[in-house]
Amino acid sequence: MHPLLARKGRLGPYLAACTPLAAVLVAVLVRPGALSLLEAAAVAVPMTLLYAFLGLSAWYPARSLPLERGRLALVVITHCVTGVCTSAVWVFVGAGMVRLLALTPVFAALPARYAQEVPVLFGAGVLLYLLSVALHYVLVAFEAAREAERRESALEILARRAELEALKAQIHPHFLFNSLNSISALVASDPPKAREMCIGLADFLRQSLSVGERPAIPLSEEIALATRYLDVERARFGRRLAVETDVTPEGALCSVPPLLLQPLVENAVVHGIATLEAGGIVRMQAERSGRRLRIVIENPYDPDAPPKRRSGLGLKIVRDRLTALYGAEALFAARRVDGRHLAILSIPIRADA
Amino acid sequence: MSDAVRVLIVDDEEPARLLLREILAAEPGVEIVGEAENGFEAVRAASECRPDIAFLDIEMPKLNGFEVAELLAPEVAVVFVTAYDQWALKAFEIHAADYVLKPYRAERLREALARASSRRAGGAPAVDPAAVSKSARPAGSFAERIVVRDGPKVHVIPVDRVDCLEAQDDYVAVRSQGKKFLKLQTLASLAETLDPARFLRVHRSYVVNLDRLRSIELYAKNSHVALLADGSRIPISREGHARLAALLDRR
Repeated sequence: MHPLLARKGRLGPYLAACTPLAAVLVAVLVRPGALSLLEAAAVAVPMTLLYAFLGLSAWYPARSLPLERGRLALVVITHCVTGVCTSAVWVFVGAGMVRLLALTPVFAALPARYAQEVPVLFGAGVLLYLLSVALHYVLVAFEAAREAERRESALEILARRAELEALKAQIHPHFLFNSLNSISALVASDPPKAREMCIGLADFLRQSLSVGERPAIPLSEEIALATRYLDVERARFGRRLAVETDVTPEGALCSVPPLLLQPLVENAVVHGIATLEAGGIVRMQAERSGRRLRIVIENPYDPDAPPKRRSGLGLKIVRDRLTALYGAEALFAARRVDGRHLAILSIPIRADA
Repeated sequence: MSDAVRVLIVDDEEPARLLLREILAAEPGVEIVGEAENGFEAVRAASECRPDIAFLDIEMPKLNGFEVAELLAPEVAVVFVTAYDQWALKAFEIHAADYVLKPYRAERLREALARASSRRAGGAPAVDPAAVSKSARPAGSFAERIVVRDGPKVHVIPVDRVDCLEAQDDYVAVRSQGKKFLKLQTLASLAETLDPARFLRVHRSYVVNLDRLRSIELYAKNSHVALLADGSRIPISREGHARLAALLDRR
């Protein structure tokens, strides 16, 4: 349905906007030897009203024939033909109306004079039609722009939601509860270690909250944050948890969304190290190659470990976030090779970073 | 003191064990008889030192706390000590004595100890292995492995390596790769934990892994036997044959 008729309250302003058109039509028709002012008004007002509706029909060809290169001839021909037809209908209906008017003595001479003005009216009709087509193209473009805007804001909402999920996920309550339990244990037996763990936990939380507010941080900072997290976990797991970091200097300078690696590092501990009696090494590697940054988080895991809850959630958060931020430009894969779990991601390096 | 309450501590984190030990050791009439860092060790320790109460973490390497509970002697009272609150309901479904959330106050742990001790004195039913094996997996999914205790040893058998299950008095014999493992559980309750699209009860005393089914042979008039991949044959009842036919039709 035509957008003007689809919603109430739009028709009134539209008809009001057509009033100047009636005035122009009157001005065209009132010429010496042509129509009198009264006759012109009697013809122009109803005919403008009629055209106000006939003109709306231009919306359909305008919508189905978008202005595209290579189709211009088709567009021009189509609109000219429909314009001629519409105008002919208009002039014909006008003639009928004039004949009705001629039944009153005041307009007795009108049919003859109208007949004289038919070429002018017909020409005006075609021109009006083309004007209507042009306006409709503007309308279609406007609607398309608004639709695009709406889609973009929906995407933005999606991106924000992914961000929020990532932030929520990184303050994983079980990590806190387990860490607090370790502190509770160490308070009596090893007070300096308990204090150290308190401070480590506070540092990690403070830093993760502050970087969470920034749109992007250098990879070096992200790795430092992950290392703090792993330091806290090491107090729980002791010798079972070892950490290795291998980040090239150029890679360290690249910027990444904050806390991007957090769910992966947490997975490495919860689904990797924690499943192994002897524990193992969490390895964080990153290097820049050309316009891309490649990061690998690697950890051993027990393939026969009992099933866990939440598995896959961390990976989903990372994947959603990358899609929201980089679209198809980001690559993310999780692989299992010989008892080792690898999370591999590759993101484009942005100029603004 | 001969009637001291014998306690086993199981947690994979050293500080967590430390805290349990500290609080429990200070209790009069409590003897800490063992500590374990993982599920296998826990089962071994339990069979050696015969505890009255086991304090179990849930998320551990090798076997999780529920699997350990399943393998403990039925008279051992179980107290789960974990940071995860989502298992609480399952813990009570399997008649765990208590469920303590980390971090906890010393009083909370003493309360759990008292509850577990009184249960022991009252002779209330301890952990029900059938209920445990049902609860040890996330809702809506099926068991991926069967845990069986053999003295101090634990066998973990992935379900895809199981040929068939056979009822034997109070036990179920789990047949896998030419070996037979006895598990103290009823056939019906164990079968309930398995994916019905893969495991089918073909006889009052038999559940078969359909992936291991080689062929069905007519044994006598109206009587069939199933030939398994390992060459063994198991009987099929009339109802079992109808169920098998229906399932194979759907496939």
